[in-house]
Amino acid sequence: MNRLSSWGILAALLVPFGLAAAPALTGAVEQRSVNMTAIIMFLVFVVATLGITYWASKRTRTTKDFYTAGGGITGMQNGLAIAGDFMSAASFLGISGLVFASGYDGLIYSIGFLVGWPIIMFLIAEQIRNLGKFTFADVTSYRFGQTQIRTVAAISSLVVVAFYLIAQMVGAGKLIQLLFGLEYWLAVVAVGLLMMTYVIFGGMTATTWVQIIKAVLLLSGATFMAVAALSYFNFSPEQMFQQAVEIHPGGAAIMEPGSLVKDPINAISLGLALMFGTAGLPHILMRFFTVPNAKEARKSVFYATGFIGYFYILTFIIGFSAIVLLAQNPQFYKPEALNADGKVMLDQLVSGLAGGTNMVAINLAEAVGGNLFLGFISAVAFATILAVVAGLTLAGASAISHDLYASVIAKGRSNEATEIKVSRIATFVLGMVAIALGIAFESQNVAFMVGLAFAIAASANFPVLAASIFWGKMTTRGAFYGGFAGLISAVVLTILSKAVWGDVLGFTGVNAEGQVVPVGLIPLDNPAIISIPFAFFCIWLFSVLDQSERAKLERAAYFAQRVRCETGIGAEGAVAH
Amino acid sequence: MRQDSVDAITAHPRYQELIRARKRFALLLTAIMMLIYYGLILVIAFAPDWLGVPVAPGMTMTVGIPIGILVILSAFILTGIYVARANGQFDRLTKEIQEEFE
Repeated sequence: MNRLSSWGILAALLVPFGLAAAPALTGAVEQRSVNMTAIIMFLVFVVATLGITYWASKRTRTTKDFYTAGGGITGMQNGLAIAGDFMSAASFLGISGLVFASGYDGLIYSIGFLVGWPIIMFLIAEQIRNLGKFTFADVTSYRFGQTQIRTVAAISSLVVVAFYLIAQMVGAGKLIQLLFGLEYWLAVVAVGLLMMTYVIFGGMTATTWVQIIKAVLLLSGATFMAVAALSYFNFSPEQMFQQAVEIHPGGAAIMEPGSLVKDPINAISLGLALMFGTAGLPHILMRFFTVPNAKEARKSVFYATGFIGYFYILTFIIGFSAIVLLAQNPQFYKPEALNADGKVMLDQLVSGLAGGTNMVAINLAEAVGGNLFLGFISAVAFATILAVVAGLTLAGASAISHDLYASVIAKGRSNEATEIKVSRIATFVLGMVAIALGIAFESQNVAFMVGLAFAIAASANFPVLAASIFWGKMTTRGAFYGGFAGLISAVVLTILSKAVWGDVLGFTGVNAEGQVVPVGLIPLDNPAIISIPFAFFCIWLFSVLDQSERAKLERAAYFAQRVRCETGIGAEGAVAH
Repeated sequence: MRQDSVDAITAHPRYQELIRARKRFALLLTAIMMLIYYGLILVIAFAPDWLGVPVAPGMTMTVGIPIGILVILSAFILTGIYVARANGQFDRLTKEIQEEFE
């Protein structure tokens, strides 16, 4: 039974990372008593970040300041900020919980989130830095019809941001309720208001520095936790594994692949969505414009990959050591999981944890570092949510102000002051929408949303981006229909999958054992294996069929684009030689 | 940029060398990364027991653990290899072209 429930958690975890923490973050949560240490530490963080926002607001005058922090972020700083965008609270708590529940599968799962970074480095990072200015649509629309391409890019960006944001807001409400004992709605409103303050007044400068500070806090907190936990095993991983296998209900099976990979097709499809979705996330791509040149863009990916990889190794150690260390701490368990002597019953090791497996890292913080460290880690988790939603909102606002307003509506005739004003209004509106949706979706199943965001990013944004950089024969028509084909196929296939068709819309079927279970119309959990090739096919088809005069000019314009892309001559903010 | 300088750069041997070398190198590294990752996924799908073999007789640690860690390290190392070559050869070629045409 216990084994079964951990696999159930695992199945839900197949949806990528913001909602890796889905089971506890979407279900009913037990409200903790108000944790004063955590609240004081969090208030210190808030005051510090508001100070940064005040400082940043003085330096935010031009659109370049607002969207890209003036382009003066170094590779190292940007690497930390990118890593910060990726190390969400849910990935920290969710992956360590997954390792705790299922062992090795947690490691496999985290690897999927890392392998997109080398691809970004080799194919995208320097190229978009050389071609773009504020948003990735600057790159995809470089030699094409501005109205069409920016419209499709802005729509897919906003869809990605919306799903990602709802998932984060709901997760934030649940987590803060759990950690701080605040009401759900109050938590969502607090996150929304703080995030709006950072972005509206401090723009990208504040958003970046909040993200950097949080990344440093999270990395140092996780490092301390992993080292402190390993000290219980005399720093011998073998001892840790040995003791974990002895007491874990899964036994030796936690040392090898479990059921995370059900079948190769689903595994590869998820892998494609993670790998190429990372290269299509608007809030990640936007970070490459904050560095002064292609060289720094390349450095930032190198640092980011290092930080993220290191972070996943830490979460693996945290999850595994928690198997042994939490078992010695009955106070983290529900009363029914304890035997007559007050010890944790081993078959209840995973399922009996109060607050669910998402509390593994939080509980371990208390076990190895006491109440003070628990407060620190709780505050860092809150800070993490804030930093991630701020980055997302800024990316959404710039799609509205830079792509839709300045390019599509005003046709490039707006001035900087108006564009900044529009982006601030857009931030405010997005913030209010995020708060409203966060509250509206409180008891909804949002587990599919981050998976969908990655799938859309991989299917609508990445193919157009890659083709605009590498394929000179693409035309406006190809990019437009290809982008929409990826967007629509990803959304439709996700709706037909089990996560939406069965779990959200409630369609059921009978499984092999005769039980009634939620089902999907198609056996794919993630659409990427179909929707990515489909988008590329449509880009190709509509481009080769396009024999218009404009298409000829667009193809001819590729050579100039290629020169700028490869050499950086004429690039935004390029240093004159 | 004016069309005549675009044509001149496009025809320039240094530029030709740069785009050819970078393309080949980027595609090679992309292929290696995909091979490593999807290779791991296929092993997990078709031969999961193989990852459950202890690293040495009597040990609890299985070969899957160091392999997983190595995949994480490989992502970092591959980006490092790219940066090393780009900082050297690619940046040198780029600078030569920039100096001639800017």
